[in-house]
Amino acid sequence: MQLPWIILFTPLLSALIIATLTKRWRNLSAFVSVAAVLVSLAASIKLFCTPLPDAATAVLQIPWIDLGTQLQLPIGITLDGLSKAMLIVVTVIGSLIHIYSLAYMADDEGKSRYFAGLSIFMFSMLGIVFANNFAMMFIFWELVGVSSFILIGHWYNKPAPPAAANKAFITNRIGDFGFMLGILLVWVTTGTINFAELTTKLGALQAAPALATLTALCIFCGTVGKSAQFPLHVWLPDAMEGPTPVSALIHAATMVAAGVYMLARVFFLISISATALETIAWIGTITAVLAALMATQQNDIKRILAYSTLSQLGYMVMAMGVAAPEAGMFHLFTHAFFKALLFLGSGAVIYACHHEQDIWKMGGLWKKQPITTATFAIGTLALMGVYGFSGFFSKDSILIAASHHNQAIFILGLISAFLTAYYMTRLFVVVFFGKARTEHAAHAHEVPILMWAPLMLLAIPAWIAGYEKFIHPFLPVHEHGASSVPMIASTAAVLGILIGFFLYRGRDKDPIVIPLLANKFYFDELYAALIRNTQDRLAGVSDFFDRWILDAGIVRLVCSGGTYGLGFVLRLFQVGNIQGYAFLFGAGVIGLLYFVIFK
Amino acid sequence: MVTLNDYLLVSGLLFTLGFAGVLLRRNIIIIYMALELMLNAANLSLVAFSRFNGEAGLPNYNGQMLVFFIITVAAAEVAVGLAIIVALYRARQTTNVEDINTLKF
Repeated sequence: MQLPWIILFTPLLSALIIATLTKRWRNLSAFVSVAAVLVSLAASIKLFCTPLPDAATAVLQIPWIDLGTQLQLPIGITLDGLSKAMLIVVTVIGSLIHIYSLAYMADDEGKSRYFAGLSIFMFSMLGIVFANNFAMMFIFWELVGVSSFILIGHWYNKPAPPAAANKAFITNRIGDFGFMLGILLVWVTTGTINFAELTTKLGALQAAPALATLTALCIFCGTVGKSAQFPLHVWLPDAMEGPTPVSALIHAATMVAAGVYMLARVFFLISISATALETIAWIGTITAVLAALMATQQNDIKRILAYSTLSQLGYMVMAMGVAAPEAGMFHLFTHAFFKALLFLGSGAVIYACHHEQDIWKMGGLWKKQPITTATFAIGTLALMGVYGFSGFFSKDSILIAASHHNQAIFILGLISAFLTAYYMTRLFVVVFFGKARTEHAAHAHEVPILMWAPLMLLAIPAWIAGYEKFIHPFLPVHEHGASSVPMIASTAAVLGILIGFFLYRGRDKDPIVIPLLANKFYFDELYAALIRNTQDRLAGVSDFFDRWILDAGIVRLVCSGGTYGLGFVLRLFQVGNIQGYAFLFGAGVIGLLYFVIFK
Repeated sequence: MVTLNDYLLVSGLLFTLGFAGVLLRRNIIIIYMALELMLNAANLSLVAFSRFNGEAGLPNYNGQMLVFFIITVAAAEVAVGLAIIVALYRARQTTNVEDINTLKF
């Protein structure tokens, strides 16, 4: 089985080639990167069509760090339905976005750097998908963080992108620290970090419920950071400072879904603790509702989509929490397609309007960009969960699971479904209908084929990915039986669409202004104040300690003063007179003799 | 009958004389001679030990061997030391150690 290694390492090879050889030829770099991702895509499809050989997971492993029986860290590959489905999502969307980037980033100065970043991201993301143990997953987990940092900060000459890159990276560090503690807890209690081995060694965790809860919540911290769940959700909207294809690939379809994928991968472990599952469900629900509320008052097209991503990620985490991991993965699968489509569509709009991102400066684009509008509409309908589009099926499977589990979570889920329909209608009506509000919008025109072709290709799965015939080879999803939930959810969605449509039709400025929502519940300000009051104070104390205790006290006074004083005393003996030395030498010998013989 | 203690006493006296010479005299050549005296005091005690610690009527040759080494080394040391003193005299026109108290000049 060579295929998984080819899939994994081709993008890394491309990044190395770009970094070392072709950096100066921007178009060649882009070509190398696109070729690499297409090789990965072809190999993935071949791998997907190959039936799994027995015990393949055990064979596909190379030892890396070997500390005897204590700890073994292999680089191994997991091949099961879950990783294969995720593999297809990552490579298909990755390929389309690479192609889209060819046009979107055509004239960019840092094109080589950009494509190298995309390649290293593909490598890291595929590493997470394939990982068969916690250590390997954590390494690639950090690598996607690094590539996300590189790509958010791609336009580093402007002030905002580097700040957003820092924010994303540092916020993720908090979650990753918890994740690492969780991995260490798993290792300490069970003695293994290999997923396959873990399934048979859960006794220690099952015997200690408190420990199991702690471990599960620590591991969940990783998801909170990477999948931008409340309260670490603040980095994702800012990450929209990166190029739009990056937002589509990393901050909508794949990387932020890695947290959900990880939860699904270790669901057998976290599901030991009912408390942990309850916490996870509530965190997901809170994220879904808060993010949807914030999305209703944003004016930046990408930020609206970013908050909608947050909200949908909240749904997936909620699904994990209500013990329906297959529903969560189903939504991850469909969401990846329609959200990538929406982001690429927004990229096409931004591209056409000369990098204008404010929806109130667009308008009437449906006549100028028919393909973009049509595909965007499909994505929007899928996101809203309108009957017949992919989001309907996956969102309903989550809501059904929630309704069996906890009514409060179910109702909050319905509310955010309503809000989703509302704000997406607002976005769609303001951007594509009405009349053009600025010159740029009035002179917009359809984007080049390299951009609209990926849109069309993504629109197909965004539409049909929910049907059982399509999804079944990927995920073992079962069509839900008779239930009133789809009716209720559809009513909520239709209500949202109607309210949004009649409220925003023909408007030139927002008729509703809610500062609390527009300012994202003041989370950024809250965190700034929190940091000012805690971290800055602590830093002040450390600074005092460093400056006055360490520098002045220990270094200057004790070390420097002690050495100087000792040197001063010893210098007294260095008289320069030979006979003086001879005398001291003789006295020393006599002293030694005295101590050796007479004592 | 001359005993080991007598030899050691003479050796100690010679050593003390030599050390006193090193400490008290100012002429570097005299100091050098006093040093040689100290070496020979050590030689004397070694030979005495060799003579009195013998077995089966034979002296212990280890002490005598060491004496030969000391004589050889002392000869080499004299050659080097006197050369240094000559060079020093050429540079400073003095053999008085009180004038020679810096490493660099």
